[in-house]
Amino acid sequence: MAAVTDQMASGLPAIRRTPKGTFDLVFRNASFLAALFVLVLLAGIIGAMVAGGWPAFREFGFGFLTSSVWDTQNEQYGAFPAIVGTLSTALIALVVGVPLSLGIAVFLTQLAPPWFKRPVSTAIELLAAVPSIIYGMWGLFVFVPLFAAYVQIPLSNIVEGMPIVGTVLYSRSPSGLGILTAGIILAFMIIPFIASITRDMLEQIPSVLRESAYGIGATTWEVVRHVLVPQAGVSIIGAIMLGLGRALGETMAVTFVVGNANRLSASVMDPGSTIASRIANEFNEALGLQLHALIALGCILFFVTFVVLVIARILVARVKSF
Amino acid sequence: MNLTPPSASAAPAMVMTPEGPWGRVRPARRNADRLMKIIATAFTLVAITVLFWILGMLVVKGIGGLSAGTFTQITPGPGTEGGGLAGTYLAEYGRGSKLANLIRFINDILLSAPSILIGLFVYVILVEPFRGYSGWAGGVALGIIAIPVIVRTTEDMLRLVPAPLREAGSALGAPPSVVITAITWRAAKSGMVTGILLALARIAGETAPLLFTALNNNFWFSPTLVGGVSNLPVTIYQFASAPYENWQQLAWAGSLIITVSILLLSLIARRIVRGGK
Repeated sequence: MAAVTDQMASGLPAIRRTPKGTFDLVFRNASFLAALFVLVLLAGIIGAMVAGGWPAFREFGFGFLTSSVWDTQNEQYGAFPAIVGTLSTALIALVVGVPLSLGIAVFLTQLAPPWFKRPVSTAIELLAAVPSIIYGMWGLFVFVPLFAAYVQIPLSNIVEGMPIVGTVLYSRSPSGLGILTAGIILAFMIIPFIASITRDMLEQIPSVLRESAYGIGATTWEVVRHVLVPQAGVSIIGAIMLGLGRALGETMAVTFVVGNANRLSASVMDPGSTIASRIANEFNEALGLQLHALIALGCILFFVTFVVLVIARILVARVKSF
Repeated sequence: MNLTPPSASAAPAMVMTPEGPWGRVRPARRNADRLMKIIATAFTLVAITVLFWILGMLVVKGIGGLSAGTFTQITPGPGTEGGGLAGTYLAEYGRGSKLANLIRFINDILLSAPSILIGLFVYVILVEPFRGYSGWAGGVALGIIAIPVIVRTTEDMLRLVPAPLREAGSALGAPPSVVITAITWRAAKSGMVTGILLALARIAGETAPLLFTALNNNFWFSPTLVGGVSNLPVTIYQFASAPYENWQQLAWAGSLIITVSILLLSLIARRIVRGGK
């Protein structure tokens, strides 16, 4: 006992001799500044985007949002086709991707045998690690020809002349490229995000709830439908919003398969463009007002995704997310 | 209190065995259940098929061009130190404070912000004023994309370090900075390395932000990083859009290299995380 106190007594001055006060202060402030940098970054992005796009906003005013003209000769720019393209590809991605993701989450948490669960989980998460340009190449060289041959051409023959369906699903030039193709590729890109968050959410639900439902004779489907989904409901919507945020801003994959047409078409089979694909396509050749118009497009995209992501984060609260 | 569903009213579950577990369940409920199970399994199969389809395509088309794969690639991560420090602040100093919560929230949003916007941002602040694409601008863009990932994993990993470790350090008279650098960081080391690996995996495949910043250079990269710098993703983009067969072959080879390395990185990172928990 005495030895221990001796040791402590002899140890104490050694600690005091370290430049405790200054190093502590420096370290604390350095880490605080580093954390603050995150806020500065956000403010910087907002500032730079607004400043860069300002000439275009000033030139076209509110009409920038509603005009469909994109004329580099006469310096007339409107964002409407790109905004519609962005929203429609993202919507298609959700329509295709959400049922798939929820099915996968249910399979992983309720149906898969334990030994099978981990490899499947990893495979789904690896879908998120595949670079988007690879999705683009797969889409362009593999999916697009198949889609044109087996979906677009037969479907166009069937729906030709029908009201509404004949307009929305008819492809004038069945090349395989288009809004629908982009939406389907996007769906596979957002599946890992929605599926893994939903899986985490379903796993967090106390098993007592599940067991008591099974105990009164409910089938697996009834347990999922009436117990698990209502419990995890809000966070599932948050996960979907997170997927939506991804789909809105995805660039390279979409640029490969969307067709990059500047005009607006009523059919989802026709080529279109999204905000991100238009920026990626034209940015390096853009000069003057066109450059500012493209940054202004980026600014619009930023505010839309920002709102979507804020809602998503509030709903999901904190879950693992890559 | 009668909790049994009407269809299974009289018999307790055990008695059903001769007819199997479905004995007393109405066919409509049984069919809905089976349908759901089949759909969920089929959906999972679809997603896995797509993954292996993509990988298979890369191997088949890319393996032939590997011999010609003489690409270089830079992925600098100036965000590492800053990200680690910021994560430390959030986990150690800023627990529960309002500012820390705000920073965490914003960080989560930046984590999923479209990378093309980061590219535009760096273009506006670095490329336009200095009149020229540069490897530095590309590095800054990738660094900005990496920061939120590192902040997030560092914070998560530091939170896993049990409080008694810190308390023991403080009880010995160590100031907070020493407790953090000598005890908490050391305990969370593998997790923090994972964060850097994950960030590396994320930025290694980024193309969109490099289009506006580093652009590309078909020759070698100049050591000064001024002017276009060659990088794999943009090369793939340009070569894949080119009409020449041998260029596309090179694009496939590049895709194979980059995808395999990224998937390996993510798998290693995941293995470390699992070992750490």
